[in-house]
Amino acid sequence: MHLMGLAGMAGMLPGSLHATAKQPRDIYETPAFGNVCLMHITDCHAQLNPIYFREPNVNLGIGAALGNPPHLVGNALLQQFGIEPGGRAAHAFSYLDFATAANTYGKVGGFAHLASLVKRLRAERGDGNSLLLDGGDTWQGSGTAYWTRGMDMVQACNLLGVDIMTGHWEFTYQDSEVIDNIGAFNGEFVAQNVKVTEEALFDYKFSEFDGFDEDRGLAFKPYTVRSVNGVRVAVIGQAFPYTPIANPQRFIPDWTFGIRDEQMQAVVDRVRGEEKPDLVVVLSHNGMDVDLKMASRVTGIDVIFGGHTHDGMPAPSVVENRSGKTLVTNAGSNGKFLGVLDLDVRNGKLQGYQYRLLPVFSNLLPADAEMQAHIDKVRAPYLEKLQEPLAVAGETLYRRGNFNGTFDQVICDALTTVNDAQISLSPGFRWGTTVIPGQTITMEHVMDQTCITYPETYRREMSGADIKAILEDVCDNLFNPDPYFQQGGDMVRLGGLDYVCDPRQSFGKRISSMSLDDGTPIDAGKQYMVSGWATVGSQSPGRPVWDVVADYLRDQKQVKLKKLNTPKLVGMEGNPGLADYPAS
Amino acid sequence: MNNLRRLILKGSMAAGTLGVAAGAGLLVPSQALAAWPKEAFGQKTLDGALSVLLGSDEMGESADVSIKAPEIAENGAVVPVTVTASMANVESITIAAPNNPAPLVASFDFASGAHGYASTRIKMGKSGDVIAIVKADGKLYSARKNVKVTIGGCGG
Repeated sequence: MHLMGLAGMAGMLPGSLHATAKQPRDIYETPAFGNVCLMHITDCHAQLNPIYFREPNVNLGIGAALGNPPHLVGNALLQQFGIEPGGRAAHAFSYLDFATAANTYGKVGGFAHLASLVKRLRAERGDGNSLLLDGGDTWQGSGTAYWTRGMDMVQACNLLGVDIMTGHWEFTYQDSEVIDNIGAFNGEFVAQNVKVTEEALFDYKFSEFDGFDEDRGLAFKPYTVRSVNGVRVAVIGQAFPYTPIANPQRFIPDWTFGIRDEQMQAVVDRVRGEEKPDLVVVLSHNGMDVDLKMASRVTGIDVIFGGHTHDGMPAPSVVENRSGKTLVTNAGSNGKFLGVLDLDVRNGKLQGYQYRLLPVFSNLLPADAEMQAHIDKVRAPYLEKLQEPLAVAGETLYRRGNFNGTFDQVICDALTTVNDAQISLSPGFRWGTTVIPGQTITMEHVMDQTCITYPETYRREMSGADIKAILEDVCDNLFNPDPYFQQGGDMVRLGGLDYVCDPRQSFGKRISSMSLDDGTPIDAGKQYMVSGWATVGSQSPGRPVWDVVADYLRDQKQVKLKKLNTPKLVGMEGNPGLADYPAS
Repeated sequence: MNNLRRLILKGSMAAGTLGVAAGAGLLVPSQALAAWPKEAFGQKTLDGALSVLLGSDEMGESADVSIKAPEIAENGAVVPVTVTASMANVESITIAAPNNPAPLVASFDFASGAHGYASTRIKMGKSGDVIAIVKADGKLYSARKNVKVTIGGCGG
């Protein structure tokens, strides 16, 4: 694998000759530009080790988003950003020919390899001339993060030298654990849009917490100002606005979120007035569509570093608003990329920029010894459990995409089979690593797909009408034409149920022709046995989903799906956010 | 931090929100002023409720009325809504949710000279508009904001 990766880099493999001829010998060679370097990671989902991650072939843009980044997949995405098909970059940014290319180029990400890249850039840009920003979804997503309640990642980020972060899945631990983790974090945690509820303010249990501002009712520090190479850079935090809706409120009962773009404007104005910064950036977990809308409404922001929707965008989108322009980036997920924005800031203004979203290929970057030692240490107590072989992948198993991924189907099939249900429901998360054909599926892969703090399963009867209501509700979170009503997840995954989806319709009218796998139409008044997991409202009674999936996998030698319960789509012909779709 | 402030807040909470507002001498709760307008709050349509409560349902959208509410409610049972009316001579601020079984949710009467500001929490059974109706100088002005109430649980 290692040799193959090097060969690919040197342009010795078929198809990559032309691409590499025009590229620098070292893909991490980024010519110096300007005087400030802001590095950005986001949504690594606690993947400390190198992994595979397949980008989506379904990421539909509806309404104004149609045909615009980030709603481009495959060749449409490569074309938009001028990326040569068939090479290393095409593999990093698209799903195309995934399994073969993954074999060629090897795994991506890994904190030890990321650390080498960060250290190299820091040295190249010069001491004190860069900052490392983390957009959140860092403390959740792996078995070790779950078992250490995020602390393995806090320590890894301290070693990596993360300067400033914001959050989303960070808030799925108990509030006291969140406060403790922030206390152990060497950088600063910023979020302008998280307030303490009015009730909780009367007797707030974290009143001694450093970031709490009683007068403004803010739970965390809204922003910070750092001097970078003599340039004053203000970094405002924007946590995921719908955390207590998309994730359990019961873990964080005293905190209330929201987009709060009027408050964002007030913070920007206050920062510009009081702090006299040369540059104002927002570290955001809004999701890219929400960031694009916010950039069009809030003035005075130079750059929004975005995450949440896991869009690996090779170039920033430039959004015009009443007073100027704002750059909006999105830096992918699972540790696969490092965003590098070199800025020329002079006379208190942004004069120019150079952006690279660098793929972290673990075969091309040495493992940083100190980080590797940390990773080995935190994994040691759990290694045996993580490495348990369960089955062998007979095809590429992935999640990311608007509808069922193949690994989702495995989870759904496990729920219907092990829990004896007709229909299964599984959340449309955008994290979860990829397993390539021939690879052994280990317990670690199952944890990567399911590792949340509310993993309990349920088995209960639901009426056809109830099931449709759930599908419509989630579908509106995904396809509402107003980004401020989108929660940034994908469609709920289904087992045993087929349907037709027209994303262009309004709420309540997108889902039709629901039927069981054998073609029997779903009757609104009839009851069906449904199994699922990740209930947000209250704790479900069943076993954690990873145990259910592991049981199912242990019974299979090789995993080859019989069927993918993806909907038949209506009105999506020609949508550049759709390619190689099986059911249309 | 500010212990005195917290004590005062605690004390005023114990006295109840109505007591505080009335005590400030600016906002006169309607139930303290007159009988509870049961007929208006029992109406099944917004037009009906406004006709009974305010004498008319004729209103124009106004930029002087701003309404602050979340795009998606964290909890449909307690949706925070804040209305600010920047025009002079505000007589009342009424809040309605037309998709609720009884659309009229709250109405605040103001003594003369009071700043047009009302903040409360309302219950919403399902997604829909929240409408603020401001009566000033005998005329009705309005603003609306769509608030989504989700069943949640499968997204993210």
